[in-house]
Amino acid sequence: MSFSTQELMIVAAAREIRDRELVFVGMRLPIMAFGVARLSHAPRAVGLFECGVVRYAPADGTLHTMADPPNQLGAAWTTGTVQVMGLMQGGRVDAGFIGGAEIDRYGNLNTSYIGGIERPKVKLPGSGGAADIAAMAKRLLVIMNHEKHRFVERVGFVTSPGWLAGGEARRRAGLAQGGPAAVITDRAVLRPHGPDHELHLASVHPGQTIDGVRAATGWDLKCLPGAGETPAPGERELAALHTIDKDGFWR
Amino acid sequence: MGGMADKLCQLKDAVAELIRDGDSVVLGACLEPNIPFAVTYELIRQAKRGLNMIAPISDASTDMLIGAGCATAVTGAWVGNVSGGLGHNYRRAAETAQPHAVRINDFSNFSLGMALMAGAYGMPFAPVRSLLGSDILKSNPAFKVIDNPMSAVREPIVLVPPLKPDVAVLAVPRADAEGNAHVWGSTGLAQEAALAARRVIVLADEIVAPEIIASDPSRVLFPGFVVSAVVDAHAGCHPSPMAGRWKRDTAFLDDYHEQSRTPDGFRAWLGEWVLSVPDHAAYCRKLGDRLEALRIRGAALAAPANYASA
Repeated sequence: MSFSTQELMIVAAAREIRDRELVFVGMRLPIMAFGVARLSHAPRAVGLFECGVVRYAPADGTLHTMADPPNQLGAAWTTGTVQVMGLMQGGRVDAGFIGGAEIDRYGNLNTSYIGGIERPKVKLPGSGGAADIAAMAKRLLVIMNHEKHRFVERVGFVTSPGWLAGGEARRRAGLAQGGPAAVITDRAVLRPHGPDHELHLASVHPGQTIDGVRAATGWDLKCLPGAGETPAPGERELAALHTIDKDGFWR
Repeated sequence: MGGMADKLCQLKDAVAELIRDGDSVVLGACLEPNIPFAVTYELIRQAKRGLNMIAPISDASTDMLIGAGCATAVTGAWVGNVSGGLGHNYRRAAETAQPHAVRINDFSNFSLGMALMAGAYGMPFAPVRSLLGSDILKSNPAFKVIDNPMSAVREPIVLVPPLKPDVAVLAVPRADAEGNAHVWGSTGLAQEAALAARRVIVLADEIVAPEIIASDPSRVLFPGFVVSAVVDAHAGCHPSPMAGRWKRDTAFLDDYHEQSRTPDGFRAWLGEWVLSVPDHAAYCRKLGDRLEALRIRGAALAAPANYASA
């Protein structure tokens, strides 16, 4: 069966969600990943949205924002931001998805300032809820496009903390749990490895090469032992995706 | 606008009398929906200056106010265009001080909610476990990190200062003339904002009889006694969505995103949709059929809740 790169990313993200988990779901790819997970291997996963929506089944209908009316209809709970993020602070949220403009070797993300705070070269929109999810979800899942200017040695501004300077730095900063578990890109999947938590290449997508991925990465990207090809979406996963993606937007 | 029985007023008057130059202002706090854009436009028409926008998201509203010269500070988590991406006016102000500089007090959504909660309930600060390790602690020195005094082991925590906005403007699907407001669907930080603000303006999609609000007190997000003024503004949230009332006008926001790429394009957009439009009624007439197409016509009604006492 054929599939697009975005479909592969959605399925790879879905595989990061386990059954019965509470997951902070962002827009676009993560929301599709949540739907695929529910319809395939994680039928009792629960999706949380920072605007204050909690859902069992994913919404029926196109969403441009996470608070659009289709996401309110049939929700498990509609409440406030403090309530859903407070649950996360209380340790109940297993995983959360975020993206970013820049990510570094240790999975720190920048969505605030490129080129200094005073007169930035680019002023990005800011944290939204990303800094909260990065600090307080038990596993951080990152989805973004893999380009050399985005995958940098060290981000200029840490909006959302990953493993900070590596090793015990995150724990020393007072973050008792969490940290990046996977970075899913349009070329590969990266995961932290060893006590240093540096991001390593875990698998390359079909059609990509290790050298190509390394060339698109701004640091000396090392490979995990046994790194291979990202498994193609299975029949069940693709069927689930096609059920949700009725219009074929992601094909 | 003074007496309890006399809160109903025109949008123009509410903005003129209750929102002053230099105020800190919440314009919608539900994140993406229920944003009172009708007030955004009126602030621009009245050429308010020096506003500090307190916003978790508020879609493109904050970007418009920066570009129009009304807002010179942002106390918030995110400024941009939710479906479009970056906020072009925000970028120009932050990067090159065009048309003016903007002071940025960085928050995250959760810390902003906790700041408003502290403001609402008189808490001296709100302790949180977020922001540790984030450079937001450096860019915004208002946060303090201390060791948790309740913990036997060393445990850094972040203290969030209370925020008490001068004004909160909240768009709601229905309210009575006293400002008792029903809201359903997700509410973001709207309750905390309403209870923390010194003045609250309710922008009601529909004004209803007090009996309707009183029939379901569990759906009241905030009581009328915190409300200073009530404005009857049908579709006052356009182009943002409102549960059970309006779909999001994504094409409108995308068009704003494209036109605001350049200062000239932004001025042209502002001329067409704000400055040459005298008031909210004229704005709705200008939208015409487009607005009607956004109206939610279906019904998915909640089961009634029985409040009988005997």
